[in-house]
Amino acid sequence: MNAVAILGLLTDLVLAVSVLMLSIWIVLTPDRLRAVVGFLANGILIALVWMRLGAPDVALTEAIIGGGLVTLLLLGASARVPPESARNAFADRDRWPLHLLAALLAAVVAVGLALVVLNLPEPAPSLASAVATELPATAVDNPVTAVLMAFRAVDTLFETVVLVVALIAFWSLIPEGAWFQRAGWLPLREPAPALVLLGRVLPPFGILTAVHLFWIGTTLPGGKFQAGALLAAIWALVLIAGLSQPMAAAQRLPRLLVVMGPTVFFAVGLAGFWLAGDFLAYPSGLEKPLILIIEAVLMLSVAAALGLILAGLPPAPGSLEQRR
Amino acid sequence: MTPLLIENGDLLAGLGVWSDELLVSLLVLPVLAMLLGFVLGGRAAERITLLTLPLGLALAIAVAVLMLHQGTPLSYDIGGWEPPLGVALRVDGLSALLLLTTALVITGVGLYACADFATSADVKEARAPLAFWTLLLGLWAALNAVFIGQDLFNLYVAIELLTFTAVPLVCLKGSAETLQAALRYLLFALLGSVLYLLGAALLYGAYGTLDIGQLAAAMGSSAEPAAIAAVVLMTAGLLAKTALVPLHLWLPPAHAGAPAAASAVLSALVVKGSFYLVFRLWIDLMPLAYTQQIAQGLATLGAVAILLGGIMAIRQARLKMLIAYSTLAQLGYLFLIFPLLVSPVMVPALADGSTPAAWTGGILQLVSHAFAKASMFMGAGLIMIALGHDRIADLGGLGRLLPITLVAFALSGLSLMGLPPSGGFAAKWLLLRAAIETGQWWWMLVILLGGVLTGVYLYRVLVSASFGGAGAVVEAGPTSDRQSASVPELAPEALPELASAPSPEPASAPSPRSSSERPGQTGQAQSVQGQPRLQRPVARSRELIVLTLALIAIALGMVPLTSFEILQIGRGGEAMAMLEPLAEPVGLSAVELPPSGLTPVPSVAGSLVAEMEPLPGVAGSLPSAAEPLP
Repeated sequence: MNAVAILGLLTDLVLAVSVLMLSIWIVLTPDRLRAVVGFLANGILIALVWMRLGAPDVALTEAIIGGGLVTLLLLGASARVPPESARNAFADRDRWPLHLLAALLAAVVAVGLALVVLNLPEPAPSLASAVATELPATAVDNPVTAVLMAFRAVDTLFETVVLVVALIAFWSLIPEGAWFQRAGWLPLREPAPALVLLGRVLPPFGILTAVHLFWIGTTLPGGKFQAGALLAAIWALVLIAGLSQPMAAAQRLPRLLVVMGPTVFFAVGLAGFWLAGDFLAYPSGLEKPLILIIEAVLMLSVAAALGLILAGLPPAPGSLEQRR
Repeated sequence: MTPLLIENGDLLAGLGVWSDELLVSLLVLPVLAMLLGFVLGGRAAERITLLTLPLGLALAIAVAVLMLHQGTPLSYDIGGWEPPLGVALRVDGLSALLLLTTALVITGVGLYACADFATSADVKEARAPLAFWTLLLGLWAALNAVFIGQDLFNLYVAIELLTFTAVPLVCLKGSAETLQAALRYLLFALLGSVLYLLGAALLYGAYGTLDIGQLAAAMGSSAEPAAIAAVVLMTAGLLAKTALVPLHLWLPPAHAGAPAAASAVLSALVVKGSFYLVFRLWIDLMPLAYTQQIAQGLATLGAVAILLGGIMAIRQARLKMLIAYSTLAQLGYLFLIFPLLVSPVMVPALADGSTPAAWTGGILQLVSHAFAKASMFMGAGLIMIALGHDRIADLGGLGRLLPITLVAFALSGLSLMGLPPSGGFAAKWLLLRAAIETGQWWWMLVILLGGVLTGVYLYRVLVSASFGGAGAVVEAGPTSDRQSASVPELAPEALPELASAPSPEPASAPSPRSSSERPGQTGQAQSVQGQPRLQRPVARSRELIVLTLALIAIALGMVPLTSFEILQIGRGGEAMAMLEPLAEPVGLSAVELPPSGLTPVPSVAGSLVAEMEPLPGVAGSLPSAAEPLP
C-alpha cells in the first residue's frame, strides 16, 4: 500500500468519524441555533464524502442544497418558532423511552443496512457501461447529464413538476387574507452595512458561477439543478439585504418563471413524437441544442421555485410580524 | 406498430396506432392542465380542471378499451430507450381498471367541488380554490403515473408527487388542527418515501436494474439478502403511506379534517396508490416463496386494522371521523389478499392463468371501496353544509332535509358492510370463498366480524339520521310525523342483517344524551319544531353526484364476475409463469392447511355457490373455469 492510499484511507476515516460525531451532536444539542449551524457543517462534510466516493455531481448538489438552502430554511424556522417553554422541556424529558426506542430502531436498521451493503455482489452490477455505450446517441459528454436528460428524462421532467407542486403546497399555507401580500420572511429590518455591501457585490459573481456550472454540465459535473440552486441562494441574499422586494403569490411573473421549465420540457418531449418517433426523444442532430435550451429554462425555473420557497410566506393580517 | 393495423375500418384498430400517445397522455394531460391553471390562476384553474375531467375520463376509457380489444397489455418505452437504461410504462388489466376508477372518482369529485371551491366574485383569486384545483390535477397525474409505472425510481417520483399533492389538501381550511394533521401526515409520508428510495437504491445495487419485470426475472426463484431487505424497507415505507396499523395514526385526523371533496380523493384513491405498490412488490416482483412467508404477517396487520378501525368507528361522535376510521378498517381487507392469493392451494390455479377468487375479490374491494367512500365523504360534506355540524347524535331529521344524500349513504354503507347486491358484497364474498378454498378459516372470521362492526357503526348513523334528534324536544308530535315520511323506512329495509337487533335501544339512546349534551345555540336551533333547520341549502345536483358514486359501488356487485377476467390480462403470462416451478409447496409456506381443505374447489364453496345465487356469473368464475385469453 503506497503513501497516497494510506493518506486517502486516513482522510476517509477522519471524515466518517466527524460526520458521525457531528450528527450525534446535532441530535443531542438542546440549542436550536447551534444545531442548525452544526447541520450546515455536516452538509459540507457530507459533500466531501461524496467527493471521496467519486460522485462530484451529488457532492455539488449536497453542498448547495443540503449545506446552503436547507440551512437557510432551518435558520428561518428556528428564528420564527417561539423558544421552548419549560412545559415543553418537561414533556420532552417524559418522552425519553420513546426517543430511546426510536434510536434503537434506527440503529438496528443502520446495522442491518451496513451488513446488507457489505454483502452486495462484487463487482456491483451497474448500467455505467451501457450508458457509456449509448452516450454518443445523446450527443452529450457527461454521462450523468445523459441519464438525466435522455435515458431517464421522464424522471427529471416529473421532478421539476414536483417542484411546482411543492410551491403550490407551500403557498396553500398562506394565511387567510394575505394572498396579495409580499412574502415577509427574509428581509432584515436593519441589515448590517457589510451585508448590504455583500448583497451588492456577490450577485454578479454568483450569477457567473451559476452560468458556468450550467454550461459545463454537458461535459463535466455540474448542471441546471446546481446552478438553479445557486441562483436561488443569491436571490435570497439580495432579499435578506433588503436590496429587492420579495414577490407576492398573486403575481404572474414568478409563476410564469416556475412553470416555464417543465412546460418547455413537455413541449420538446411531445414534439419528439413527430420529429423523432418517441416521447422525450430528440431529433438527431438537434440533441445538444435542444438539451441546452431545456436545461437553461429548467435552471431558471428551479431558481425561481427554490427562491420563492426561501422567501417564505406573507405574515398573517394583524399578526405581530405584520405590525412590526 | 401492431398487427391490429391490418383490420381495416375498425375504430379500435385506428386507436391502436395511438397506443403510445395514449399512454403518455395519461401523464401529460393532467400535468399540463395543472401548469396552465397555475399560471393563469384563480377562475381559469377551475375552468381548466373542469375541461380536463371529460378528457381524462375519455383517455382512461380509451386505454381500457384498447387494451381489452388487444387482449395484451399496452407498454411503451419512453424516449425509445428500453429498460434497464430507459423507463417503461405498462397498462395491464388491473392498471386499466384502476385508471378508470381514478378517472371516474376524480370526475365526480371535481363536479362536486365546484360549489365549494369557486373563486368568489369580489376577488381576482383566492388561495383555497387555486390550490385545490391545481393539486387535484397533480394528484390525478400522480395516480396515473403510479398505476402505469414499471420502473421503481419512476414510481418513486410518482409517489412523491402523490404525497406533495395529497398533504396540502388536508390543510386547505387553514385551521390549526388541520395544519397539525397535515404535518403529521407529511412526516409519515416522508418517512415512507425515504424508506422506499433506500430500498430502490439497494435493489439497483444488487441487480443493476430498476425495471420491475427485469428485477423479477433476475431474481428467479431466490432473492439476494439485499433484495429482501430492500423490499421489506419499501413495504414499511409504503405501509406508512397506506396507513396500515400500526402506522395509521395520521389517517383519521387528516382524512376527517380535510374539506369533503379532498377527503373523498384521499380516502378513495391516494391510500390505494401506495397499496398498489405494496401489491406489485410482493406479487409482481418478489418470488412467490417469500410472499408466502410474509403473507400471514401482512394479513394479520390487516385483520387488526379491520377490527380496530371498526371499533374506533363505533366510538366516534362525529360523522367524518367515523368515515375516516371506516377507511382504516376497509383498507385492512386489502391485505387479506396476500395469504389468500399465494396460498399453496391457489398456486396451481395462478400458474394456469385462471382468475382466483381472492384476486378478483381483493380488486373488487379496492374499487368498490373507492366509489363508496368517495360518495360517503362527499355526502358527509353536504350534511355538514346543510346542518352546520356533523355530530352523529344530532343528525335527526336528515331524511327530510337531504333524502337523496341519506339514500346514497345507505347504499354506500351496503357496499362497505358487504351486503348484497353490492360491489362490497361480491368482494367480501369472494374473499370468504377464497378463505374457505384455501382452508384459512381464521380470515373468514375476521371478514365476518369486520362486516358486523361495519354494520353497527353505519346503523348508528342511519338510525340517528332517520329517527334521532326529532324526538328530543317534542316527543309526541314528530313521531307520527316521522311515520308518514317516506325516507326513514329506508334504514331498516336496507339493513336486513340487523333486523333482529334490538332496534328501539340505539334509536332512543342518542336522543336523551343529545338533549342533555346540547346546550345553548344548538338546542335553540332545533327546538322550534323539534327538528333541525336547514342552515344552508344544498344543490340537488351535488346530491345526485353523491348518489351516482354510491350507485356505481352497488352496480359493481351486479357485473357478472366473468367480466373480471380482464384483470388477468398481462398476468397470465410472464408474471405468473415463474410461479410454476413452485406449484408444489416445499414447506416454505407459513400456512397450515387442514387436511380437508386441500382440494382446489371444496364442497363447502360449492354449496355456498348454490345458496348465494343472486350474484350472476359467480359460479362460472371458479378457478377451474379458465377463459383463454388471446
